Amino acid sequence: MSFNTPISKVRGLGSARNGTHHWWMQKIAAVALVPLTVWFVASVVQMTKADYFTVISWLSSPIPAILMLIYIVIAIYHLRLGLQAIVEDYIHSEGMKVGLQFSILFGCTIIAVASIFSVLKIAL
Amino acid sequence: MAEFRLPANSTVKKGKNFKADAGATNVRKFNIYRWNEDDGENPRLDTYEVDMDKCGPMVLDGLIKIKNEIDPTLTFRRSCREGVCGSCAMNVAGTNTLACTMANEDIKGDINIYPLPHMEVVKDLVTDLTHFYAQYASIKPWMQTVSPTPSGAERLQSPEDRAKLDGLYECVLCACCSTSCPSYWWNSDKYLGPAVLLQAYRWLVDSRDEHTGERLDDLEDPFRLYRCHTIMNCTNTCPKGLNPAKAIAEIKKMMVARQG
Repeated sequence: MSFNTPISKVRGLGSARNGTHHWWMQKIAAVALVPLTVWFVASVVQMTKADYFTVISWLSSPIPAILMLIYIVIAIYHLRLGLQAIVEDYIHSEGMKVGLQFSILFGCTIIAVASIFSVLKIAL
Repeated sequence: MAEFRLPANSTVKKGKNFKADAGATNVRKFNIYRWNEDDGENPRLDTYEVDMDKCGPMVLDGLIKIKNEIDPTLTFRRSCREGVCGSCAMNVAGTNTLACTMANEDIKGDINIYPLPHMEVVKDLVTDLTHFYAQYASIKPWMQTVSPTPSGAERLQSPEDRAKLDGLYECVLCACCSTSCPSYWWNSDKYLGPAVLLQAYRWLVDSRDEHTGERLDDLEDPFRLYRCHTIMNCTNTCPKGLNPAKAIAEIKKMMVARQG
């Protein structure tokens, strides 16, 4: 039983004064991913018939290696922002929400660092 | 988690069938959601057969005919019967709309009528709009200024600035758009929804209002504004032909613009 007025429920804890950064970064990342994804898919398709050494030497050359690193960072940043929004949309129990947000951040960080390490190990 | 399945006591059961008079040649079925708090029963779908030769052209005419001549217990809101008051907002033939501006002949098959989706039902087609109205009040839908009121004169507005309010001021706050929005279904406790955000934008672009920054401050929130994911159901369903999704996009652009 709560005797709060309807307007007090709406006003709640007030505005969080953020959200624009998240929204704007997601847009920028999305725009950046358009050419990067085209490049990534085209490259992977091209490599399907290549042998091991061709792939290694391709990823060791500067431009593919740098593009691959940029692609990994932006794609996983975009992934993290998107997953975060999904949790905010659908998960309403506080404990589960916090747990998932932590897991998403840790998970994305691990995937990103592992991917970057792999590319560097091949390229350097 | 968001609930995707209706609770057991909300499952809609088959209801009563009211036959048309013998001799009626142009009969259509109105399937209408019925629920009231008092009898402890599940909601049900009652079917009314209506003689369309003796019925007005709009869905609301059908509802009024049913209430007057077939079943006086049927409960719905209505007032102006011409799309100005926003009272008769309901879900007709799968789309939120005003019953008074929706023509029966534009609907194929049976005329299915439900209350606005994902709202608490008070009775039959009447939903509880208390929270929706509180959200509207929260955006301070009145002119706020810091300059003193001009003595003996109006606050002037050029025709070009006045034109910016076209497509915004026509909103009748019927709640069709907000209750069609999945984001509003899942998060209406904090998300303001398309109707209220369109109204917020109506004051953000009013050249006479001087609290634009404070208004943006109050809206800048992951839930109040940014639960909008441009699903566009709002624009699709608006019975007045307005575009709340565009108004929300304009608010987001203002948020970015003030970053520098």
